[in-house]
Amino acid sequence: METTKVEPVLTSRRRHWGEGVVKGALALCALVSVATTVGIVAALLEPSIEFFRSVNVLDYLTGTEWAPLFEPAHFGVAPLVVGTFSVTFWALAVSAPFGLGAAIFLSEYASPRVRKVLKPALELLAGIPTVVFGYFALTAFTPFLRSLGLEVEIFNAFSAGVVMGVMLIPTVASLSEDAMTAVPQTLRDGAYALGSNKLKVSVRIVVPAAVSGIIASYVLAVSRAIGETMIVLLAAGQLAQTTLNPFKAVETLTAFIAATAQGDVPTGSVEYKTIFAVALTLFVMTFVMNMLSIRLVRKYREVYE
Amino acid sequence: MSDVAVTLRERRPRGRLLGRAFLAYLLLSVAVGFVLLGWLLVDVFQRGLGWVDATLFFDPPSADPQIAGARPAILGTLYLMGLLITFTVPVGVGTAIYLEEYARKDRWYNRLLEINIQNLAAVPSIVYGILGLAFLVRGLGLGEVLLAGALILGLLVLPTIVIAGREAIRAVPGSIRDGAYALGATQWQVVSRQVLPAAAPGVATGTILALSRAIGETAPLLMIGALTYVPFDPEIFGAFTALPVQIYNWTRQPQEDFKLLAAGAIIVLLVLLLLMNAFAIWLRNRYQKRW
Repeated sequence: METTKVEPVLTSRRRHWGEGVVKGALALCALVSVATTVGIVAALLEPSIEFFRSVNVLDYLTGTEWAPLFEPAHFGVAPLVVGTFSVTFWALAVSAPFGLGAAIFLSEYASPRVRKVLKPALELLAGIPTVVFGYFALTAFTPFLRSLGLEVEIFNAFSAGVVMGVMLIPTVASLSEDAMTAVPQTLRDGAYALGSNKLKVSVRIVVPAAVSGIIASYVLAVSRAIGETMIVLLAAGQLAQTTLNPFKAVETLTAFIAATAQGDVPTGSVEYKTIFAVALTLFVMTFVMNMLSIRLVRKYREVYE
Repeated sequence: MSDVAVTLRERRPRGRLLGRAFLAYLLLSVAVGFVLLGWLLVDVFQRGLGWVDATLFFDPPSADPQIAGARPAILGTLYLMGLLITFTVPVGVGTAIYLEEYARKDRWYNRLLEINIQNLAAVPSIVYGILGLAFLVRGLGLGEVLLAGALILGLLVLPTIVIAGREAIRAVPGSIRDGAYALGATQWQVVSRQVLPAAAPGVATGTILALSRAIGETAPLLMIGALTYVPFDPEIFGAFTALPVQIYNWTRQPQEDFKLLAAGAIIVLLVLLLLMNAFAIWLRNRYQKRW
């Protein structure tokens, strides 16, 4: 009788009103991140809507000439998008195969001791500020390409893309490795029992089983590459031309935003609104990628965990 | 089991060759990053070490690379760090506690909160700069000041701190909580006296790593006007610059000497980041409990 009474008495007699206050304060902290998202969307939408009042949306999306500061002004975003994808392509061309290779090595080949050292060491790359990578791409990597006899311009998409790709290797590797570690050991054991060697187990069992996580890591890498600013601003140039030639200068969405905002842009001017319209384009692109990546990660978690 | 694999490999040399080639590809994948990192460090140190001197630390920038220093930029970065610790860490840890200890996972708004934070962690940093430009600098009329920079960097690393904080809190075993509840503790007593002290080293480590990311950010600061000539020491409500912005500024100058000076500033920045990371790792190894 007494023991059954203990619990209700503790909660009902002493009302800890402070508990509610604490919970409210913590929830308020959590709301800051919601406010950030709302703020970003609001900050982007309002000037963008005004921008699209003076510039036709179709002209913006399909136009092939980008010259917002000239007379007559042209607002075709294609050169910026092409520039962005050109750099992103080279970044993915480096980070996808090497990131996957590093992930397979860490997950399937490395001993626990090697992995314990290698993983944080690889993360060092991700800790270097992007402005430093930009400096390196401009002052060391591009001259190196030239010394090989390649006809690269001082500012070019290739150099920025490759350096960015190496920077993204840890991003791809760590997310892919997570997915591979989540693959149950029984699948590997089954394959070994049927006479597979380590190569076959890795390529035919582990990689297919972890494929949604691997794709998620690629999507995330693309999203990062699209949104990266400093490397492209320093090494890829600020010349909005529609070219897929990797050795030529291009301007990306991010480089345009950063370069234009550096000047003293009067609030409400067309230039000012242009920054926001381009940033909205960038935000929508990365948002779609991020959501896709989050979904894919959840998919492999649901299957194996 | 492994015996079977060995016999198979030895009987079929083509398979063995393929296996070797594959291992070579894997090792190359791991090596690529380190090769570039080594190249970058050697390059930067060769160029910049001679420029790391008292002038760089104690003098204001100048149009003449020989007498140009990064004093306002270095101070700006240190101020930013101080402000970030005061604003962002409490909010980030508070969010992590809410999500791990209080939020009911089956409620739609809590799930939305979680996805929101995951997405924010991957929003390009320059977009945060846009937020700062629109709301803090122009909207609130704060102007292009240090405080605006600190707030923007704070929002930028908030998701990282939340994610690190949650991991540390999750690592505290449930039995600790159950024990405290059994002794009659309230939820906040359990959290503040048991869970948080136990999670503190993990939270601190994750936080320092997040801060070191914020310190290297350049793009959002460019957006809110950190790329200005600041010859004086920064103030919270005054014009400011920061070390990465100074590096960017010097790198894009046409004179070769400024590029060397930029390498010197990069060394200072990398050493600062290294110290922060080393401190984080030391904290983790010194205080982390194994359950």
